[in-house]
Amino acid sequence: MSAYPGTDLRRGYRYWVTFSTLLQKEVLRFSRIWVQTILPSAITTMLYFVVFGRLIGDRIGSMDGFAYMDFIVPGLALMAVITNAYSNVVSSFYSSKFSRYVEELLVSPAPPWVILAGYVAGGVARGVTVGIVVMLVAMFFTDVAPHSWLITFSVFVLTAVLFALGGFINAVFANSFDDISIVPTFVLAPLTYLGGVFYSIELLPEFWQWVSLLNPVLYMVNAFRYGLLGTTDIPLVMAFLIIAVFIAVLGALSLRLLQRGVGIKQ
Amino acid sequence: MHALVVEQLRKVYQSGFEALQGVDLTVEEGDFFALLGPNGAGKSTLIGVVTSLVNKTSGRVRVFGHDLDTEPEAVKACLGVVPQEFNFNLFLPVAEVVINQAGYFGIPRREAKQRAEFYLRKLDLWERRRSEMRLLSGGMKRRLMIARALVHRPKLLILDEPTAGVDIEIRRAMWDYLRQLNAEGTTIILTTHYLEEAESLCRSIAMIDHGRIAAVADTQALLAELDAEAFVLNLSAPLAVAPSLPGFDVARLDATTLEAQLHRGQTLNELFAALRATGIEVASMRNKQNRLEQLFLEMVDRGRSAPAQAA
Ligand SMILES: Nc1ncnc2c1ncn2[C@@H]1O[C@H](COP(=O)(O)OP(=O)(O)O)[C@@H](O)[C@H]1O
Ligand SMILES: [Mg+2]
Repeated sequence: MSAYPGTDLRRGYRYWVTFSTLLQKEVLRFSRIWVQTILPSAITTMLYFVVFGRLIGDRIGSMDGFAYMDFIVPGLALMAVITNAYSNVVSSFYSSKFSRYVEELLVSPAPPWVILAGYVAGGVARGVTVGIVVMLVAMFFTDVAPHSWLITFSVFVLTAVLFALGGFINAVFANSFDDISIVPTFVLAPLTYLGGVFYSIELLPEFWQWVSLLNPVLYMVNAFRYGLLGTTDIPLVMAFLIIAVFIAVLGALSLRLLQRGVGIKQ
Repeated sequence: MHALVVEQLRKVYQSGFEALQGVDLTVEEGDFFALLGPNGAGKSTLIGVVTSLVNKTSGRVRVFGHDLDTEPEAVKACLGVVPQEFNFNLFLPVAEVVINQAGYFGIPRREAKQRAEFYLRKLDLWERRRSEMRLLSGGMKRRLMIARALVHRPKLLILDEPTAGVDIEIRRAMWDYLRQLNAEGTTIILTTHYLEEAESLCRSIAMIDHGRIAAVADTQALLAELDAEAFVLNLSAPLAVAPSLPGFDVARLDATTLEAQLHRGQTLNELFAALRATGIEVASMRNKQNRLEQLFLEMVDRGRSAPAQAA
């Protein structure tokens, strides 16, 4: 019997080709429609800076010892990463399911984890691209410059991975295009707005501080705030640990769904 | 070597409907195999299970000796599939559809492009390589599905009603190409509604009905056995009673319509001559039964009576 799928090395190379094909396809997709995918976040951020930073921020004064406008930069950038990583995967995977071209992948020898990795990488690519655009806008309006590049970038990527996985799970269960906007509106938006994007949780009563600690976005925003400003409400190690746990759980769930063909195989 | 071995395959859909009720099927390497059966027989379900688009309930599938459960990657690498329904990303250019599919099979980009060009030219789509999918006609999409299925050079090509909605001329070209592929060594399985298609292309035929294989046979032997063919004749002038024609089986349906059975060895010319001899002129005629239907009924009958004879 022939030794297909061949040596580990050749198999590894094939997986790599599959992965990069998926990634390239995704990057091409969101760059072709950049007006819908990249521009909106840049514009929203600018509006936040104009409204909250310039007009209202001065009245708010400082937060954790930073000008209010500087304080919200990390949260705004992270919000852009979250929304874009999420919506890239949810809309791309849902479309492939809706128009059935996900079958192109199902009939191919690519194992589920490679397919998942390809979609997640696509979401990360868009999340990080938009995140960088937002950071550039922020650096234009404020004097913020990363305190630690390594932490800034790794939080960007880890956050994007986590929400790309979230988008994937959403797409698996979605049965209509309406279903792919429900989670962003009713789950993602509250999580981000209540995740300490616009305030330090030390401002909250003790009970609500405790509730906030259940929100994964809080850890990302704080880790990212540390990366940019060098300040955080949460110990850094703790933040990374929690993000890693969330990624592991959502990753395992996504893989399981894809392996079983939930929502895509009869 | 068997290209495909299916054993006791069952599929119960979530609705509780049992679309495959223990299918056994073997296809030899190099064969050109037709899977015939009425709508809803389970053809697409069977193909879906073999190509990993449908989860089976139980049973076993092997492709070129590889088991679908334990070596899915090896199975998929051997298979090319042209599904019944279009399943494209309509916003991609034609060439990208084929190049991406090659990429999913692990073929590096440069080679993927060369192969895409080769198959797009073969299927007469090269001029349209930059068009968006949604601008293609049905026939073009059908051909693109074939190019996409071939790009990784599968040993077994499976086509689910490949010529549905394709006009005659293109259908002929498609047939020629499938014949060429088969001659070059690709094993081919296709499902079809047209007996003509199975007759002209396939060496073996399996009949499937209600999720079971009713019969498997060699095409030529099978067609030779077709006992009788029924025709409906419209007459130029009304007729009071059925004519009696020695040797022919003719019945009167109404004043201007007759039904005639032609048995093996009898020709339409002989029938017309016999009718004319009794003063009956035929204005027009048509095949009563679709021959496929007839063949099907005979095979199913034979399948039913075989065990009875043995008893
Ligand atoms: N997803 C499904 N859920 C329930 N029943 C299905 C599903 N898909 C197909 N069927 C049923 O299974 C039977 C076989 O369908 P199919 O394999 O498509 O037949 P064919 O291709 O021979 O026309 C039909 O009765 C069909 O209604
Ligand atoms: Mg069908």
